[in-house]
Parts: sequence; structure tokens; C-alpha cells
Amino acid sequence: MPNASGDASFERVVLPHLDAAYNLARWLMRDGEAAEDVLQEAMVRALTYFASFKGVNPRAWLLQIVRNTAYGSMALNRGHESVPLAEESDAASAVELVSCDDNPETALLRTRESRQVRTLIAALPVELRETLVLREFEEFSYKEIAEATQTPIGTVMSRLWRARQLLAQAAAAEGLP
Amino acid sequence: MSGRVPACENVLLVQAELDGELDAAQAAALEAHRADCPICQAAQQELLRARALVRGEPYAAMPDDVRARVMARLRQTAPPAALPPRRRWRWDWLRGPSLGFGLGAACAAAISLLVLLPGNNDLVDQIVASHVRALQPGHLEDVVSTDQHTVKPWFDGRIDFAPPVRDFAAEGFPLKGGRLDYLGGRPVAALVYQRDKHIIDLYVWPEGGAGPHLTSDTAIHGYNVVHWTADGMNFRAVSDVERGQLDAFAALWQKP
Repeated sequence: MPNASGDASFERVVLPHLDAAYNLARWLMRDGEAAEDVLQEAMVRALTYFASFKGVNPRAWLLQIVRNTAYGSMALNRGHESVPLAEESDAASAVELVSCDDNPETALLRTRESRQVRTLIAALPVELRETLVLREFEEFSYKEIAEATQTPIGTVMSRLWRARQLLAQAAAAEGLP
Repeated sequence: MSGRVPACENVLLVQAELDGELDAAQAAALEAHRADCPICQAAQQELLRARALVRGEPYAAMPDDVRARVMARLRQTAPPAALPPRRRWRWDWLRGPSLGFGLGAACAAAISLLVLLPGNNDLVDQIVASHVRALQPGHLEDVVSTDQHTVKPWFDGRIDFAPPVRDFAAEGFPLKGGRLDYLGGRPVAALVYQRDKHIIDLYVWPEGGAGPHLTSDTAIHGYNVVHWTADGMNFRAVSDVERGQLDAFAALWQKP
């Protein structure tokens, strides 16, 4: 992003985490359009307040902003919750999810299972979902999750526990391996 | 591992081990316990299953068009350096007291005043944290009403003072409801307003003792906080609306 912000360090420090920000916004909002709105607002906020960032973990800082922006958006749209990711077009997610190493048969199977798993994650209550996503996709430590979600570590641990338990049980009920 | 509450308190340690959060000594102690605890053994199996399900999932790539639109939006956004000086010194203050030295004498005096006031910074942090927490589903309002005559009596018996409640729907700040909240260990009234696509929380509590009449304002992570006192009450408004709008909201409140 040459000259975009007039501040090379924002580009160097924050922009490498744009994909992570997008991913979290997707998982929280469960809808591509709403996620993009949240991402845009969060990135502008991050750029504006980058000067006050003094921590050592820009990823956790950015994801905290994304998460707060997402909650703000949800608070306004309460009652009009987005439909979970399951409704997304099959073709699009199939392309997105297939890995190159798979042969066509495995790929198809994987895609179907993958969609089921993603649907189950999307169905988790939002505070469990965000904790699980930060742990499993971002590989955040408990401390980082606590920071990004402004939640005590004990609560992070029990949310993670409940998220995994609900997920494992739902997967078993759907016959997933 | 069937109930919501784990049947053995060590299952969270089993999980912590799986997440790489235990040191060697803790892991060894857990290992000794788990050898005799079928609950923890079962928990480990189920946690491993849950992990395998999720870990197989690829990271969804950001579509190029989304990336392009985000970058375009960022390019339009004024960099912090282009913002008015008044905002900048407030940020400098947020970076820490040591930064005050490079500034003009008047600013430095104002800054040291803000920095030296005990608890002010903590309270602002708490207010922002409380506001964000309230935005989570189901936390925003305990009483949902746009009618000040419904919201005001709701606080009776729930709180040891009667907060003023006003609706500014006509001015573009409609009242959405209220809730009970805690700041600095004391119960406070939180009034919830909406401004366009933003939520404003207004915290109200009685002035205690000889507290200074702070009119400081600040911004943390994109949230603005403004403060005023009137009729023996402290008011602190917090929101991600633009500063000018929050000031307008504060001005409405301070009009007789």
C-alpha cells in the first residue's frame, strides 16, 4: 500500500494481519457483506488510532478492534441476525476449500465434511465461536484471547471447553468422524 | 464429558495441555492424575476429536475484490498526522506521561494535570471496556424502551439514586433503553442511545465527595469518552461516533 496511509509503519505492522482480520469478521458476522462492512470500519479505525497503539502484539490489537466493531454492528442489527454460512453458494465454497493435493474424490468428500464442520462452528453462540476461532485458526494463546476479547483467562478456558464440547457432540450427531 | 459443567475439575487442565499452555511440571502432575481418572481420559479423547475437526479446515482466503476495496477505503482515510492538533495532543497524552516534555508549556500543564489525577485513566479504560462488553448480544439494555417515563422508574429500587433520563429522538439521538452497570466498584445507571449506526452509552452516577470537575475527554481504540457534571451527577458518554457528534450529544444534555 504505497503512500496509502502516509505511514509506512501501519503498512508494515498492521496490514500483514489483514487476512486474519477478514477471517475473524467472517466468522463473527457469518455473512460476507456484513463481514466486509465490519472489516472496512475496523481497518479505518485501526489506521486512525494506530498512533495510540503501544503494545507488542499488533495482531491481537487489530483483532480486538475487529471484534469490537463486529459487536457494535451486531448490537445495532439485533433481531436481524445474519444467516449462518451454510447458505452460501456451494460452488464458491467448494472452490475455496479444495486443496490442490486432493484427488477429485477425496476433495469432494472433504468439501462436504468441511462445509458441515463450518456450519457447526457458525452455529455456536458468538462468544464461544470467537474464542474457538481465535484459538484454532489464529492459534492465539489463552492470554492473547483474553486480551483480544477483554475476558478473564478462566472464562476463555471454559468458553473454549464448551465450544469444543458442543462441536464434538454436534459432529457426532451428524455422523462426522 | 457429557454435562456442561465438567465432572472433574482437571479437565480444563487437560485442555490447557492440549493447547500448549502447561509447563513441564504441570504436565507431569496432570499425567499422574489422568492415569487414574477416566473422566479426564475421556475428555482428552473428545478434545482431540474436536481439534481434528477444526484443524482440518483451511483458512478462508480473502477475495481480491474485498482486499482492493479495503485498501481503497484506507487510502481515502486521513492519516493521523493530518488530523487537527487538538486531537493529536490527546493521543500523545495516551501514549504516556513522558511524552509531555516535547510539548508547549500550556499543553504540558494540562497534560500533567490529567496524568496526575488519580484513577481517571483507569476509569476511562473501565468505561470503554464496559461499553464494549455491553455491545455483546443480550447485554445492551435491561429495560428496552424509547420512553423516558418507562426507563426512569425502572431504575427505582435497583439503584440508590434517581438518574435523570431524557430522550433526544427529535435531535437525532433516540433513547433505546437502560441498564444497570458497575464502574469503579459502584453501581451506575447506563442509558443507551443510538446515533445513526452507532450506540452511545451514557453512564450516570452521583458526584462523590470533592472529586474534581473534570472536563477532560479522551479517545481509546476509536472510542471517544466525554465527561461532564450537572445537578450533582457525573456523566460520562462513550461511543465510537465522531467526536463532534458526541460533543453535540453532551451539549444537548447540558442545555437547561
